[in-house]
Amino acid sequence: MNSKKRKIRVLIAKPGLDGHDRGAKVVVRALRDAGMEVIYTGIRQTPEAIAGAAVQEGVDFVGLSCLSGAHNHLFTKVVKLLRAKGARGVTVFAGGIIPASDIPGLKKAGVKAIFPPGTPTRDIAQWLRAAAKHL
Amino acid sequence: MKIKSANKHRSAGANSEAKLRSRMRRWEAGALKNSLARLPERRARFASDSGTEIKRLYTPLDLRKNDYLRDLGFPGEPPFTRGAQPTMYRGRFWTMRQYAGFGTARETNLRYRYLLKHGQTGLSVAFDLPTQIGYDSDHALAEGEVGKVGVAISTLQDAEELFRGIPLDKVSTSMTINSTAAVLLAMYIAVAEKQGVRTEALQGTIQNDILKEYAARGTYIYPPGASMRIITDIFDFCRRRLPRFNPISISGYHIREAGSSAVQEAAFTIANGIAYVEAALKAGMDVDEFASRLSFFFNAHNNFLEETAKFRAARRLWGRIMSERFRARDPKSCVLRFHAQTAGCTLTAQQPDNNIVRVAVQAMAAVMGGAQSLHTNSRDEALALPTEDSVRIALRTQQIIAHESGVADTVDPLAGSYAVEALTDEIEAGARKYLKKIDSMGGAVKAIEAGYMQAEIADSAYRHQLAVEKGGRVVVGVNRFETAEQPVNKVLRVSPALEREQRRKLAAFRKKRNSRKALEAVEKVRDAAAGTDNVMPPILEAVKAGATLGEISDALRQLFGEHREI
Amino acid sequence: MNSLIVRRILRGDVGAAARLMRDLDDELPSARSALKELYARAGRAHVVGITGSPGAGKSTLADKLVEAARKGGKSVGVVAVDPTSPFSGGAVLGDRIRMQRHTADPGVFIRSLAARGSLGGLSRSVFDTVTVLDAMGKDLIILETAGVGQDGVKVAGAAHTVLVVLSPGQGDDIQALKAGILEIGDIYVVNKCDRKDSEQLTRSLGLALEGTSPRDGWTPPIIKTAAVLGRGTRELVDVINEHRSTLVRAGAWERRSLNMARTAFMELLETGLRGFINEECERGKDCRKIFGDLAARKTDPYSAAKTTLRKLLSKSPPPPSFKKRGCPPFSKACPPVPRRRGRRGI
Repeated sequence: MNSKKRKIRVLIAKPGLDGHDRGAKVVVRALRDAGMEVIYTGIRQTPEAIAGAAVQEGVDFVGLSCLSGAHNHLFTKVVKLLRAKGARGVTVFAGGIIPASDIPGLKKAGVKAIFPPGTPTRDIAQWLRAAAKHL
Repeated sequence: MKIKSANKHRSAGANSEAKLRSRMRRWEAGALKNSLARLPERRARFASDSGTEIKRLYTPLDLRKNDYLRDLGFPGEPPFTRGAQPTMYRGRFWTMRQYAGFGTARETNLRYRYLLKHGQTGLSVAFDLPTQIGYDSDHALAEGEVGKVGVAISTLQDAEELFRGIPLDKVSTSMTINSTAAVLLAMYIAVAEKQGVRTEALQGTIQNDILKEYAARGTYIYPPGASMRIITDIFDFCRRRLPRFNPISISGYHIREAGSSAVQEAAFTIANGIAYVEAALKAGMDVDEFASRLSFFFNAHNNFLEETAKFRAARRLWGRIMSERFRARDPKSCVLRFHAQTAGCTLTAQQPDNNIVRVAVQAMAAVMGGAQSLHTNSRDEALALPTEDSVRIALRTQQIIAHESGVADTVDPLAGSYAVEALTDEIEAGARKYLKKIDSMGGAVKAIEAGYMQAEIADSAYRHQLAVEKGGRVVVGVNRFETAEQPVNKVLRVSPALEREQRRKLAAFRKKRNSRKALEAVEKVRDAAAGTDNVMPPILEAVKAGATLGEISDALRQLFGEHREI
Repeated sequence: MNSLIVRRILRGDVGAAARLMRDLDDELPSARSALKELYARAGRAHVVGITGSPGAGKSTLADKLVEAARKGGKSVGVVAVDPTSPFSGGAVLGDRIRMQRHTADPGVFIRSLAARGSLGGLSRSVFDTVTVLDAMGKDLIILETAGVGQDGVKVAGAAHTVLVVLSPGQGDDIQALKAGILEIGDIYVVNKCDRKDSEQLTRSLGLALEGTSPRDGWTPPIIKTAAVLGRGTRELVDVINEHRSTLVRAGAWERRSLNMARTAFMELLETGLRGFINEECERGKDCRKIFGDLAARKTDPYSAAKTTLRKLLSKSPPPPSFKKRGCPPFSKACPPVPRRRGRRGI
């Protein structure tokens, strides 16, 4: 291994049908500016396509954004599919319009962190860096 | 501001200009300088949310190129800067139209009746994403999305239930529907016919603005070429059959929500408008046959002065483009009439009650800008769909502005404000620059295909984010004046049971109908789409024959293909 | 004896291959031993490089090529390179967005790569990734470059078939001539041919290519496409296949493969040397002294470089993976690295 640290690789995806990608795109750029390599899959992705892309890209993290209210169903499915594909090392985090009362359930399902609207992007980058240390 | 008049007046004007200039210099060297020495200004540079520089002081010097009759004129007359209509709100208030819909048609119908009972004057239908993207509620991709951001409508039966007990000749209905607009419009017509209402009497709007879907909102299905063709078919159909219906609402709202600046919002919306006019002309329509039915939809954002100016600038710019570029002869063809909605992206999850105040200020800007109808957001929309209580407060906000504030009693009350007029000029000029660039790329469709608008919007969104994070831009309750607070738990939830109920209903519908007849009707839609016939009449026949939204959309998908993100 | 990870990759295990690609990208020494085993099994795929300026439509074209190849029953690997931000070292890898629909297809493997330090967007790890895909048995490997300026030229040494994509309205007509990509294309693609100004571009491109002598029995054609509309892409695939058979017929396939091996080898060699030199100048005191001498005009860059190079070359530079030892070759504390070990890293 080189003396330099491993680059953090992140996949940002929008599962489901909603096209509100402002937050996702802002996070993509912010993570780039935090020195990470970010793959963006675009809007209207099925959980299958997201998990498949995460595996092919060999990422450390998958960030999911959903504003349509379908998060419980979609996020949980992505986590399950990642596990089924043997990508256990991939950490899933999320953002979007997620009611506070849904957060415990999502965390239990394996979404490690949820960043509500208004979260500074540097907080997200910081969290990823801290989480990457355990990889 | 200069008033066109005889020469001697003009030289008198030049004299007073010189005098003003010298007095201003004196003020700058004296009072201003002293004041700045005692108390420096809060910031080195003041700029609006969208980056427009805001000057310390605006004076007549900022308006010296302005000509009252040429640039402002009178309300209801070109270039319509002062308003779409001569008396504006002295005659009738704007339409108070709250966007609503969730779950099944039955539940949404109850919310509509509630709103109408509380004094709302028009309906605005929110559809769920599967309906917007042409999937029936039982489609695999609809899973988890049914009834979430709006009402699920797959069949004519759903549409009937949605408008049960609401006389369609009495209300005007706005439908936020784009790539499947033709199908939903057909269902609306079919419901009206069943109510015994003639199509000529129908009033309302379908959004039907596909270009901003590619650029910002994302509910597209077909590639741009095919979409533009369907849209012109709808224009032509409405022109003949629904003369009081707006066949499109050209929308800057979502462009702004996606992060654009005020200037970009105005520019891209108008660029898209130009593309629709050109498509209709190419399809053989005369500009004065359809232009008066084009309507617009803008965002009412935070910066009160800039937003007021934006609405006025957009109205003037469109008026000029319609008469100069498209040679419209009917003044009605040159009027930009618009719906406004307060900016959803400014709502904060933190201290949600603050949103009530934000919405009030934004709504005020829309009224100052001369909106024809208005939606005010509810305080809890950064958390989930709004509760009934929140929606009522939002509606009351409009009613207070209308009935208590007094701003509706004179036309275009901020006109003549040096600041507002200067900003109006600036926004028009900025938008023109973008239009020139887009023209050079071959128009809005090409600019979108090349990803130009999308990239511009994403750049602005990121700049704004950095401005907030680096501290310059204060968001009350988020990065300043924060309080420790309990998370809000009282939010409206759409029960997953609704999705199951909707699927059951759909299955029963499919069983009951004459499937052969329905599918034959879908074939006719396909035939028309493959040829050059207007697709609207066969779509109307198909929904009456029991074809579902998904079946009709699938047939067109197979024919036209699907658009993918650029 | 193949290691477990190699066996899994050869069996087509996507997860294992993806992890190895990652480790190679991050320069893990353990990954190199796996690569050595895979290298022997690679060398069968047809590598098609795509270059052209940003916005010319390379990814959309790649997407259509994948579609066509799949229809023809071929398995496909895609390596899409995007530039690394020189400020943060991060990167947005956005090409996948246009090919994402193939993710569900087990016959397609798409991998996004950041150019990281490499100028040409063709880093050592691009070659490694191609090797892994090749060893997995992909019939066709599409290599999409970052397409930044003149660096796309390098793809010529990394592919059997090179597509140069141009599109109207991007100043491509002038850029093309400047960037020297007129010498490297096997096939020239004028994309967005639905645009009015594409005819002009096709004409000036035709003029510029006039008089180009055939290479390996092949005269580069100009193909017009509108990838977004799916127009012309089928013809393009036919031409790509034709190029392949022409190369094979002319006995040039091996020559190209040799050239590709050479490029990869030279790239590694250069990277290693550059790293070695950089390290030398960061850690060694000699270089700092030289900078001072240069600034004081006591010596000139030519003489200084010549002396330093001679000095460096008299030592044996360690391979890139040896950097972690932290022993500058000039330092007395570390023994000189034996020569034969030096070869191992390559």
